[in-house]
Amino acid sequence: MSGGLVSGGLVSGGLVNGASGTGPGWEVVVGLEVHCELRTRTKLFCGCVNAFGDEPNTNICPVCLGLPGSLPVLNERAVELAMRIGAALHCEVRPSAFHRKNYFYPDMPKDYQISQYDEPINVGGWLDLPDGSRVGIVRAHLEEDTGKTTHQGASGRIHAADYALVDYNRAGVPLVEIVSEPDIRSAAQARLYVTELQGVLVATGASDGKMEEGSLRVDANVSVRRRAPDPAGAEGSPAPFGTRCEIKNLNSLRSLGRAIDYEAARQAALLESGGTVVQETRHWDEDAGRTVPLRSKEEAFDYRYFPEPDLVPLAPDAAWQARAAAEVGLLPSARRARLAELLGTAPAPQQLEQVGVLVGQGLDELVVAAVGRGAPAELALVRAANELAADLDAARALDVGAFASLVAMEAEGALTATQAKQVLRELLAAGGGDPARIAAEKGFEALSGGALAAAVREAVEANPEEWARFSAGEDKLAGFFTGQVMRATAGKADGKAVAAELRRLRAAPAGPEGPGRSEQP
Amino acid sequence: MSGGPPSGATEPAVPSPGSGAVDPTPTLGREDVAHVAALARLALSDDELDMFTEQLARVIEHARDVAALDVADVPPTAHPLPVRNVLRADEPRGGLDRDEVLAAAPDVEDGRFKVPRIVGEAP
Amino acid sequence: MNPGALAVAASVRSGERRARAVVEETLEAIAARDPGLHAFLHVAGDQALEAAAAVDRAVEEGRDPGPLAGVPVALKDNICTRGVPTTCASRILEGWLPPYDATVVTRLRDAGAVVVGKTNLDEFAMGSSTENSSRGPTRHPMDPTRVPGGSSGGSAAAVGAGLVPLALGSDTGGSVRQPAALCGTVGMKPTYGLVSRYGLVAFASSLDQIGPIARSVGDAAALFEVIAGHDPLDSTSLDAPAPSVSQVLDAGVEGMRVGLVAELVDGTAPDVARRVRAAAGALAGAGAVVDDVTVPEMRFGLSAYYLIAPAEASSNLARYDGVRYGLRVDAPDVAAMNTATRTAGFGPEVKRRIMLGTYALSAGYYDAYYGKAQRVRTLMIRAFDRAYERFDVLLGATAPTTAFRLGERTDDPLAMYMSDVCTIPSNLSGHPAISVPFGAGDDGLPVGVQVLAPARGEEQLFRAAAVLERAAGEVRS
Repeated sequence: MSGGLVSGGLVSGGLVNGASGTGPGWEVVVGLEVHCELRTRTKLFCGCVNAFGDEPNTNICPVCLGLPGSLPVLNERAVELAMRIGAALHCEVRPSAFHRKNYFYPDMPKDYQISQYDEPINVGGWLDLPDGSRVGIVRAHLEEDTGKTTHQGASGRIHAADYALVDYNRAGVPLVEIVSEPDIRSAAQARLYVTELQGVLVATGASDGKMEEGSLRVDANVSVRRRAPDPAGAEGSPAPFGTRCEIKNLNSLRSLGRAIDYEAARQAALLESGGTVVQETRHWDEDAGRTVPLRSKEEAFDYRYFPEPDLVPLAPDAAWQARAAAEVGLLPSARRARLAELLGTAPAPQQLEQVGVLVGQGLDELVVAAVGRGAPAELALVRAANELAADLDAARALDVGAFASLVAMEAEGALTATQAKQVLRELLAAGGGDPARIAAEKGFEALSGGALAAAVREAVEANPEEWARFSAGEDKLAGFFTGQVMRATAGKADGKAVAAELRRLRAAPAGPEGPGRSEQP
Repeated sequence: MSGGPPSGATEPAVPSPGSGAVDPTPTLGREDVAHVAALARLALSDDELDMFTEQLARVIEHARDVAALDVADVPPTAHPLPVRNVLRADEPRGGLDRDEVLAAAPDVEDGRFKVPRIVGEAP
Repeated sequence: MNPGALAVAASVRSGERRARAVVEETLEAIAARDPGLHAFLHVAGDQALEAAAAVDRAVEEGRDPGPLAGVPVALKDNICTRGVPTTCASRILEGWLPPYDATVVTRLRDAGAVVVGKTNLDEFAMGSSTENSSRGPTRHPMDPTRVPGGSSGGSAAAVGAGLVPLALGSDTGGSVRQPAALCGTVGMKPTYGLVSRYGLVAFASSLDQIGPIARSVGDAAALFEVIAGHDPLDSTSLDAPAPSVSQVLDAGVEGMRVGLVAELVDGTAPDVARRVRAAAGALAGAGAVVDDVTVPEMRFGLSAYYLIAPAEASSNLARYDGVRYGLRVDAPDVAAMNTATRTAGFGPEVKRRIMLGTYALSAGYYDAYYGKAQRVRTLMIRAFDRAYERFDVLLGATAPTTAFRLGERTDDPLAMYMSDVCTIPSNLSGHPAISVPFGAGDDGLPVGVQVLAPARGEEQLFRAAAVLERAAGEVRS
């Protein structure tokens, strides 16, 4: 099986349809392991600062360096945050214990990792995704992070390095590892899962969810299996799971999606040709766009788990569990529902999409608050979705009252859409202000109905040829007339109102004074 | 020269038949020792392999008394005393001076610990 | 006759003696005697004199210099001392300078004690004779052809030879009590969790405890009180203050129920067994109610220990990989460097135990070995609990024989492991135990008898020990 067979072309057209997981023969089955760095002040087992980006080896102590004689002591806040995550994912919080996972690697100060093995703190939950699907959660447990190695030498890539340098600032940072059931059936769903999980983790206060900074890391377990011959029929029970491969080095949602598609196609092609999938760990090569097996000197790792003798078991009482659950805050799904409710009984699909985007951006609060102050919901939604994305930081700092007033002004017709957008831009830059004052300073005011009609009639009379063509049906000439009116009124006319007036004139019966006759002001 | 246990020492009793005890002790062989030596990152010469195999096999053999016990209903003791929930507040506590730590390191570059190239990714 | 620790402290606190003079005398004695003994791996002369000067200043200025003011103390070289080499008698930590002090060291310094040096041990505390040291064995203070016991042989010899009045060792399977018994000193293992392990280089984490070695029960009690008590840096540290054992030393044993454990007498050498029975008689003579008891589960202790301890050790010693500190033997890739370093850096006994422990934990064997041993441990604890329903303390030998000859057991690891058969049960149960010198064997070498108590039973432990000490003195004279 040459590498050439498993090319981009095969992925898009061939054995597995990566976009939806459905295809002529094969279905992809994905389980995800997400490692989440917890937002604690200090590390999991010592009082060193938990910070990103400090000078190498400046946040170290005997414990996180694993010096002879050092001992771990568990961080209370890490346990609190782990329980919040468990609550947010509908897990059962259980008495738990720590185990040692033994293996040699230079980024491991003790050459064992303190983790949780068969008694994890959170067990058995689920996450509902915006597309209506549900992904089961097997467990979410606590463990310590490793240090960071950089490979130095020819190309900086692991396979060609001459030596490596190790920084232990990250060693001992608290992690929660969240393991999903193999319920995911496409690359898109996998991306949706990670995105939604990211939102949940940020909502609990446990994480800042930054994949690009490494505070959220994803590994994918991918396998394929034959689709049931007739999904709707009596014989429609799915085949058993195929052999899976673990894919590492997925540094972005895009990599996650691409890697799943590639790996599913690779495995399907292998099986189609009569080969077997070897259970192994594979590395996603972003530049080459493929997974490669890792050549390691170790045979299958024997971690020799045993209970960590330096730590005592953990059994948070019901009161503490309840306090943690109460701190979880509004989850993304609840925030989407809250915003959608403001739009009435049947929001359009486009609106729901905007709702999702705003929640993801953390701007739903703004819209909900503005509506609470009298701004009409639909317009507030549209303005927020369309105009605030350019500068999210400013948007998140925007004064609610100012935003609410602005939307209300536009809704009442005191400002045109164009004017409103300009005022909003100024509000963003200043973090707030008085929309009425800004509008007055700019000389903005929407044209009154009569003045607007007069301006339209003037433009029509000044351009009889274009009017004749527009009257005959050349609708796109409305733009021409709108431009004329805008010029004449220094932008105070509302584009939609102009278009409406043009259509009205066109439709009106011809009178003795022609179409130029004005309406009463 | 050396003998076995000091005179007068009694061998541990083997449980009587019918106690439900099983004796599943596999005998420890040369391949086992070679395998665990590799896991523990220890290199052994052939002579050492022979010597250690013989010595370790005798210890494992002696441990048959434990392996033979039927203790399925007895919970394991991971900690001798029943302590739970030892926690620490999430407060920073001064760490080590980097220079003092790196001074003890075998090889250093750019404020980091330098090691020969790593073959294979972390598990 | 060397004054004991409490006498030294009293004279320094009163101003009668200067700490500096005490320490100078100690350093001279070490220089004279230690070359033949090899109890010390490192003598921290300058630091000791500085510390002594600080004590003297405190006395002069009317500040409290601490309960152990000016008392010289030796520390087993697996206890971290900042800026002073801590090698665990291993090539792999040759010359390593810890950047921090163990908690017990901080407490000693706060009490005014003066650390004069680090003592020899079996490499990484694995052994019963100090012959596994990478720096050569320590010799018995009374007979240079014999071992001082182990693994805290250097500390026991230093106290036994009268070089220092106090020392600390560590006890995982008997490594404080057994050498103390062989060298004719008092040695005690506290209840697991009463003395902080922060800064003790780990051997077997669920068994290790730091314990005092001294020439008298009173001195051992004083040292124990200084080092014991809750430490927030050690999660396995009991949330309790140090028991005030010094105050009960004269309370006697009237009405105390003492169980003479058959398993701790049978199987010992006849002269040792005679001394133990004499000790039982002494306690009875002082008003204790002495009876025989059998605790058959103790027989499984050796096997359970030699599965649990090496398993934990194999994990605790993984960190010695040549990356961050200690020995490094270069190689083209890091895994080869790990292997070359550990192969060159560890001695044969350490390698044996690492391999044994790795095997006991490895896939497929965990349930049969480590898993089973941890259940046997529960059986032993239950057996002890049953015994303590009938008795307040238990009595037996500390070691099966008096000090054996150098080289006598080095070819037979299993024979060496047998040296710990009387002491191991207390490590598995986490209970306290103390060895008190009680006469001599037929060869004139010291015999120690062992008192065992339930968890946190240090008070009755020391009460019984004090009575035995008085009786031993009477027997000798």
